[in-house]
This record gives sequence, C-alpha cells and structure tokens, in this order.
Amino acid sequence: MRIAGLGLRLVVLATFAVFFVVPVLWLILAPTKSDHALVTDGPLSFGSFHQVSLAWKHLDAFSDHIYRTWITNSLLYAFSATAIVLATAIPAGYGLAFGTFPGRKVILTLTLVVMIMPAAALVLPIFLELNSLHLIGNALSVILPFAFFPFGVYLAYIYYVTAVPRDLLDAARADGCGEWLTFRRVALPLAKPVVALVFFFSFVADWNNFFLPYAVIADSSQYPIQVGLSDLLSSTPSFNPAQGGGGQQVNIFRPELALATLLAVIPVAIVFLLSQRALVRGLVGGAVKE
Amino acid sequence: MSSSAVTSPYAQAPRKRGLRAVVERTRGLGSGRGLPFVLPYLPFLILFGIAPMIYALKLAVTKDNGDWAGLHNFTRTVDDYRFGPAFKHIFLYTGVWLGALVIFVVTLALLLHGRANRVSSTFRFVFYIPGALAGAASVLVWLFMLDPSVSPGSFLVHNVLGAGLFVESIAPGHLPFIFAMIAFWTGAGGWIVVMYGALNTIPQDLEEAARIDGAGPIGIALRLKLPLIRKWIAYMVILSFATGTQLFVEPQLVNQASLGLVPDTWSANQLAYQEAFRYADFNAAAAIAVDLLAIGLFAAVLIVSRTGLFRTED
Repeated sequence: MRIAGLGLRLVVLATFAVFFVVPVLWLILAPTKSDHALVTDGPLSFGSFHQVSLAWKHLDAFSDHIYRTWITNSLLYAFSATAIVLATAIPAGYGLAFGTFPGRKVILTLTLVVMIMPAAALVLPIFLELNSLHLIGNALSVILPFAFFPFGVYLAYIYYVTAVPRDLLDAARADGCGEWLTFRRVALPLAKPVVALVFFFSFVADWNNFFLPYAVIADSSQYPIQVGLSDLLSSTPSFNPAQGGGGQQVNIFRPELALATLLAVIPVAIVFLLSQRALVRGLVGGAVKE
Repeated sequence: MSSSAVTSPYAQAPRKRGLRAVVERTRGLGSGRGLPFVLPYLPFLILFGIAPMIYALKLAVTKDNGDWAGLHNFTRTVDDYRFGPAFKHIFLYTGVWLGALVIFVVTLALLLHGRANRVSSTFRFVFYIPGALAGAASVLVWLFMLDPSVSPGSFLVHNVLGAGLFVESIAPGHLPFIFAMIAFWTGAGGWIVVMYGALNTIPQDLEEAARIDGAGPIGIALRLKLPLIRKWIAYMVILSFATGTQLFVEPQLVNQASLGLVPDTWSANQLAYQEAFRYADFNAAAAIAVDLLAIGLFAAVLIVSRTGLFRTED
C-alpha cells in the first residue's frame, strides 16, 4: 500500500517532468538537424554541429544581420530599464518603509494595485498616451514604460519593513549621519539580496515582454528579439506556406527558427541559473516568511 | 509574490499601538521624512501607471473630435460582431487554464511537500525551467510541438487533437486549450514554488499532531495542508484570471502562422489593438482597453482587500 502510493507519486511527478522538459530538449536539439532530418529522424536525436553553424549562417544572413540587431536592442532595453528600476525602486521602497510624509499611504496603495494588475492591461493605454504626445517609435518609448516596475518597489518596501530594524537606522542618525548618508551607508548595503531579486524580476519581465514593444515600435530595426521572432515566424514556410518561394530566398526554415528561439532565451536562462538559489530562497524564505 | 503575514515587531503590534507609534514618530522627526527617496519613482508611477488609465478613460468617453460621447464607445464596441466571440474566447481559455492551475499546481506541490529534500528540489527546478521561455519564445516552441511532422509528441497530436497536419492542430476549437497549455507550461513551475513555500510555513508539530491522531498522508494533505494554503490558491486564481483575460501574444502569433485561418481579433486585447492600428479608431480601442482595465483593477482590489496577502500597514 505504502509502496504503491510512493510509486504512483513518482509516476505523476515524472510524467509532469516529461511534459515540462521534453519541449525544451527538442528545442536544444532541433538546430543540429536539417529541416528534412527534423521530419525523418527521431525527434530527440542529435544531428551534427555542422548543421548548427549552417543554421546560424542562414539566420545571421537574414535581412542583413538583423537578428544581431534584435538581440542588441533587447539587451539595451532590458538593461537600461532595469538600471532605472534599481535606481528608483530601492530608494522608493526605503522611503515608503521608513518615511512619514503625507501621501505615503496613497503611493503605497497605488503601487500595490498597479503591481497586481496584469501589465498587458496597461499596454494599449500607454500606447494611446505616448501616441498623443508623439513619443512612439523610439527606444525611449520602450525603456521608460519598462522602467516603471511597481513590483520592485514593493519588494524593496517589504524587505526594509521586515528585515531591517528601525533601531539600526536610528543609531546611524544618532551617530550624526544625515538622511542621505544613513541610506547610502546603512540601508543600501543591507539591500543586496533584494537588489538581486528586483534585478531578476525586472530583467526577465522586460526581456520577455512582447506586447508593449509590438505596439510602440514600428521599424523592424528597432524590434527587441521577442518581436523579431514573430517576424521570423512569418518568414518560415512550414508555418506560413505563402512564404514558399520567399522561404527559399531567405533560407529560414524550422532549424533556423528553432535556433533563433533558443538563442533568444539564453540571456534569461543565464539569469535564471545564476539566481535560482537566491530566487527560491527569496520567494520562499524572505518574501513568504510567516 | 509576498506575504502580509510577515514576522516583524510592527506587524505584531496591535493596530492602536501602531498608530500611536506613527504619530509619535511624526511628531518627533518632522513630517516630510522619506519623501526625497520616493521622488525619483513618482514620475514613473504617474506617467506609466496612473496617467494612461485616466487618458484611456477620457478617450473612451469622448469622440474623435474630443466631444463628450457618454457610453457610446462602449455600446458600439459591444455591438461589434467580433466583441462577443473575443470575450467568449478569453473567458473559455481562462477557465481551462485556471482549472489546470488549481488542480495540477496544488496536487504537484502537495506531492512534492514531504518528498526527500533533494528529490523535491530537483523536481521543483525541472518544473520551473520553462519559465525562462515566456513571451513569443514559448509560443514558437509549442507551434513546433503541435506540428505533427516534427513533434516528439506526434502520437499525442494525432490521437488527442486528431490532427495530421499543423493547420489541423490549430483548428479554432482547439485554441483555448492550446493557449491554456502554453500558459500552464511556462507559469505552473513558478506557482508550484510559491505553493511549496506556503506549505513549508505550516508548523511541523501541527502535522505531527495530526499523524498521532491517526491521519494518513492523504488525509493530512487534504484536511490540514490544503485549508492552510487556501489564501495562496485564491491569490493564484484571481491573479491568473486577470492575466488570462489580457491574452495577446499567443493568438497573435498563431494568427501569423495560420494564414489568417485564426482571426487577428481572436482575443479582446487583439480586438482593441486592431481598432487602434488598423482602423485608427482610438476611442473604440480605449473603450475595450477600459473594459479590460476594469477586470484587472477589480481583481487587484479584490486581492489586496480580501486575501490579506499584501499589506501596506507597518
């Protein structure tokens, strides 16, 4: 009975593990095969590294190296926005945690509500607003909306409220530190774990965002990679038979599309792996502390 | 994803004492303290949080020449023949997704809780991996998975979806389920981690007491653990409901990959997008955006006021 229960448990867990992992494995292996081999060979078989470099050659040649431009754009958008997020959200969380100014409660509540609201609900309103100000179609129209990240403010706020004793700050003040020095010398160094957490969530959210840049950027040379992928999809004949002839010309087939998808995920995968431990601890240990 | 019930001397203090403390602090140190630290963030909150909502609302109740239109934009978008199907699609999709989330996330978290630590953390990591592939990347991966000629699960595509060709896989009747599966695939791992974390906060002696009373592992899971993580489940459901209604990238990419077989107004957000971009009817786009905003706002307020998971008092 016990053994049977244990076995059933493992079968369920393993089945879901297959569901979550096999598509990722397929994606990693697909660029090693030709489009023909993808159909004829086993779906999880390995082809050759030669095919990978061939697929990259085709992908890189697409539209005059535009793939590199998309990755560069994504890096620019995600890093600049996240830098602004860190510079604004950490102090804001600190100010909201220990401040006593009028309007504090209102700012906190608004931050909380906008944070919980799905980001996609604000995309069209932001587009309409920027459009009326004639501010669309440039890098800032992506970076500045990305730089508003209320979840980061909330993370910093909850961190300061729960993990940093008020007495410590009072002691710094008693030692003659002004408001700024107290933050700079005491509160900021203590915020290291939350800085990592905010960086992670902000960077991943920006990198993966499709809808906002799709709405505010018209010129394909300014696309971030997520929007670029949709461009590539339209050029792949197996998903878009109208591209039949065009597919031959631009040489974008399933292996190239798979490689493009795989490379687009790498920066986020790196950030995931780097912060895996901190993240699981942060989500569970710090933030869900009870 | 943070909790209200946080260990902090301020959190434990009764409300009255907390208030008095605030008053004393205020009196002692002047009332403007902390504001300079918040100032750099404020323009972002206003420009990209509050102002867009107000502007969308203004557009929604005016005509293109700026005259007052009352509810006309709302009624004419509702009367549009694409409005009903778009909302039907997103509610159906959201329903399927929520069902899958509640059943599988909770089951998997309960199964993992009580596993040996190493086994459990390996599984949690494995379930979390697809989270790295969000946005367009996850949709592309699943377009491959649904292409019977290359999919590692082609027997499933054949037998479950009855599809021999890619276009048959993405037949309109399948889409709510396919989109729900993609969303589940990318997001479930994160929720499993959250639920697992919530389960870890249940005191050991409580479980011990139940065991001494003769409760088996299933009894403990269903009668002790499940009720104790109820508010986290509620949070997941409300938040996912609001997110689900905003669906955009999945149907947009499937539209591109289906040669127009799937309409470009499949979801409500797509419909709003088309009103703005194809017809330059910003007032209609704003009206639909306000409908969707209302759903999001309602869910957010519900979470803040009812689940008690987020607090703004200290």
